[in-house]
Amino acid sequence: MALQGARERRVRTGGIELCVAELGEVGQPTVILVHGYPDSKEVWSEVAPRLADRFHVVLYDVRGHGRSTAPKPLRGGFTLEKLTDDFLAVADAVSPDRPVHLVGHDWGSVQAWEFTTVKRTEGRIASFTSMSGPSLDHFGHWISRRLKRPTPRRVGQLLGQGAKSWYVYALHTPVLPELAWRGPLGKHWPRILERVERVPGGGYPTSSLPTDAAHGAWLYRDNVRARLRRPRADAYAHAPVQLITPLGDAFLSERLYDELELWVPQLTRRTLPAKHWIPRSRPDQLVGWITEFVTSVEGGRPEGVTATGKYADRFGGQLVLVTGAGSGIGRATAYAFAEAGARVVAVDRDAEAAARTAEMSRLIGAPEAWAETVDVSDEQAMEKLAVKVAEEYGVVDVLVNNAGIGLSGSFFDTTPEDWKKVLDVNLWGVIHGCRLFGKQMAERGQGGHIVNTASAAAYQPSKALPAYSTSKAAVLMLSECLRAELAGQGIGVTAICPGLVNTNITSTAHFAGVDAEEEKRRQKKSARLYGLRNYPPEKVADAILRAVVRGEAVVPVTPEAHGAYLMSRFTPRALRRIARLEPPL
Amino acid sequence: MTTAVTRGLSPELRGFRQVQRLAYECAEAVAARLEPGITEREAARMQREWLRERGVRDWFHLPFAWFGDRTAFVNFRIPLQFFPTNRRLAPGMPFILDMAPVYDGYTADIGYSGSLGINPVQDKLMADLEVHRELILREVRERRPLREIYEDVDRLMVRQGYANRHRAYPFGVIAHKVDRVRQRRWSAHLFGFGTQSLKGLASDALHGHREGWSPLWSPYRFSDHPPQPGLWAVEPHLGFRGTGAKFEEILVVTDSADPEQSAFWLDDDLPHVRRWAEER
Repeated sequence: MALQGARERRVRTGGIELCVAELGEVGQPTVILVHGYPDSKEVWSEVAPRLADRFHVVLYDVRGHGRSTAPKPLRGGFTLEKLTDDFLAVADAVSPDRPVHLVGHDWGSVQAWEFTTVKRTEGRIASFTSMSGPSLDHFGHWISRRLKRPTPRRVGQLLGQGAKSWYVYALHTPVLPELAWRGPLGKHWPRILERVERVPGGGYPTSSLPTDAAHGAWLYRDNVRARLRRPRADAYAHAPVQLITPLGDAFLSERLYDELELWVPQLTRRTLPAKHWIPRSRPDQLVGWITEFVTSVEGGRPEGVTATGKYADRFGGQLVLVTGAGSGIGRATAYAFAEAGARVVAVDRDAEAAARTAEMSRLIGAPEAWAETVDVSDEQAMEKLAVKVAEEYGVVDVLVNNAGIGLSGSFFDTTPEDWKKVLDVNLWGVIHGCRLFGKQMAERGQGGHIVNTASAAAYQPSKALPAYSTSKAAVLMLSECLRAELAGQGIGVTAICPGLVNTNITSTAHFAGVDAEEEKRRQKKSARLYGLRNYPPEKVADAILRAVVRGEAVVPVTPEAHGAYLMSRFTPRALRRIARLEPPL
Repeated sequence: MTTAVTRGLSPELRGFRQVQRLAYECAEAVAARLEPGITEREAARMQREWLRERGVRDWFHLPFAWFGDRTAFVNFRIPLQFFPTNRRLAPGMPFILDMAPVYDGYTADIGYSGSLGINPVQDKLMADLEVHRELILREVRERRPLREIYEDVDRLMVRQGYANRHRAYPFGVIAHKVDRVRQRRWSAHLFGFGTQSLKGLASDALHGHREGWSPLWSPYRFSDHPPQPGLWAVEPHLGFRGTGAKFEEILVVTDSADPEQSAFWLDDDLPHVRRWAEER
């Protein structure tokens, strides 16, 4: 069975027997996982063992599912009131004198909302983590608010959710759903899940699926119409709630939770770029968030810096690695992720600068931050880094290949050594990063994102930057190819093309074909030019975070980068003319 | 004009030091009275009243107070944004009090950074300002051109990962000269600046223009000259993602040949200096 090492027991309540499984030490805080439709407790088989290191984990088959017995008759046996009785019986059996932490997915979450908002469970629930299952009462109010004051946007939201809820109407037809589940649908369901939802197999779903699904239809029939028509007016949560919203959920719209603050005084929001079955597809991320939330509610962690950044719901607790994080865009990006609550690995060949970035990251919201000193063009050093990061910090969720050097000078002034150096850092650095960290990401199979810093020079020819532009054009193409390759695994790839940004790349750039003094002069002059333009790296960092959130492919940042990008697509000849101009140096 | 000092301070320097201490005392007293909900305007008024009660009648500039991300001059475009607003102080917020009282004909110009409760970011910024104070003194003693010193301060800030916020000051100055001010029965103000002091600054600018130096220490060409003897109110100002910190105090520059005597901070017994000593 998928839940290895679980201690099973049976709890009797209201004429039925529930199958309850426990993992982990009993003295630890108790976390109860409630499964959804059409599932049994085995939906948690990836999550539960990972939580068991820290917590006393309890799972049970909802009545009529898995190895719990079904009420007789089925009609009227699945009301939320009866499900609440079941929950209280389980909680009393596994944690008689300490409130429990609830985690619910899909219908498990719908039930848990009931548990968290009714009077008789007050004091029994310490916290609730909800995913993909709204409170039917809140949903009822959500609908009636939209019907009472139908603005175009609200009507759109209503129709959108209405279309996503097609299966709810289908489940209200008598007998047919049961026949389908016991027949062809039940047989093909695992394949459908694997193909449409990208849920990996491995002992899930269990063989009880056809009966689970047939019985579970009564969850809908016994509750949905009644609650949506007459939602409770006092459905306020009496425990802190963490809401995890998968953005690609085919059954529930994000908008459902817009007004949730009205009902939940202590709400933490998290978003995840994934489909509906996140307990199967994103176990690591869920375990991270549940652990963090439960620990903070238990008060086991000193009050740290809270992340106040723009995308804290998305990047909180994630592991982000940034190369070239000692200055410029890399440093600003590390800071932006830190402000969003991510754990940051700051990589730079300048040890002191990397350490500084890590230190400041911790001050502004990163729960943890580390500095690593590596030259990205050094293959062996990068391999060592990848092993170390995986062992000590975990698999990277967001990788930013940002390290790069500048090189200016005409083609015939550029020596083979110059070429080698610029390609080694700008292109091979990115290749190593993608190869090593991207591979770990792909092997884990729980999504992720890779950002490569290219440049507007990638699509804008110029006679002053042949080697630099070539290396950056290669990065752009590499990113686009990799994006195609990794799309099937939920890993996004973005190429960022900043344009003229005020960083120190100009003062460290090499100018080929001139002596040291002239090089210094040109460095100063270009630094002044970039300084006059004064586009801050912080804005590029914002663009990077936004691109990850939206999953964008190619992102020009400054207005001139946008302009050149448009020209490269629509008037490439004009752009080639501009390339002939003498640069102002 | 200031001359080389041997032991102890000349009576004139003592006068400047006295008013600088008075201003820092005011900053500490007002900072201790700040509480959640207080506005910048109220904080500025508290400074004004505290100093008026102790005999201050004229100002180089009226007291400023900046709260929250205004300490880092976020989105400051025009000089009017320096003036206190109705921004309210909240727990954990950083603040900066900045005042330039004239007392008994002596001027001070000080900046005091703090936070309401704990603010680790601002603490870090304040700790990192120590090297700037050392760097400025060392390079002034080396008689490096002011513009070069400015660029070195700037580079240090970039290395530390900070933004240079005194760039947002008028003319981007890091320092300006201060001098004795003639006492008048009525002292008028122009955009928050005392007219007597502005007159002094203007006449300095005129002299300087003829002799090739400027009373404003800026990143521009007009500051491309060695430090001019006199008293300079120096104010390096760090900004980091919505949090700012600065100190401002008087640096004495003399024409002495002895490097030790050629430049020194007027007073080493100031809140920020004491704080660095305690941290060590």
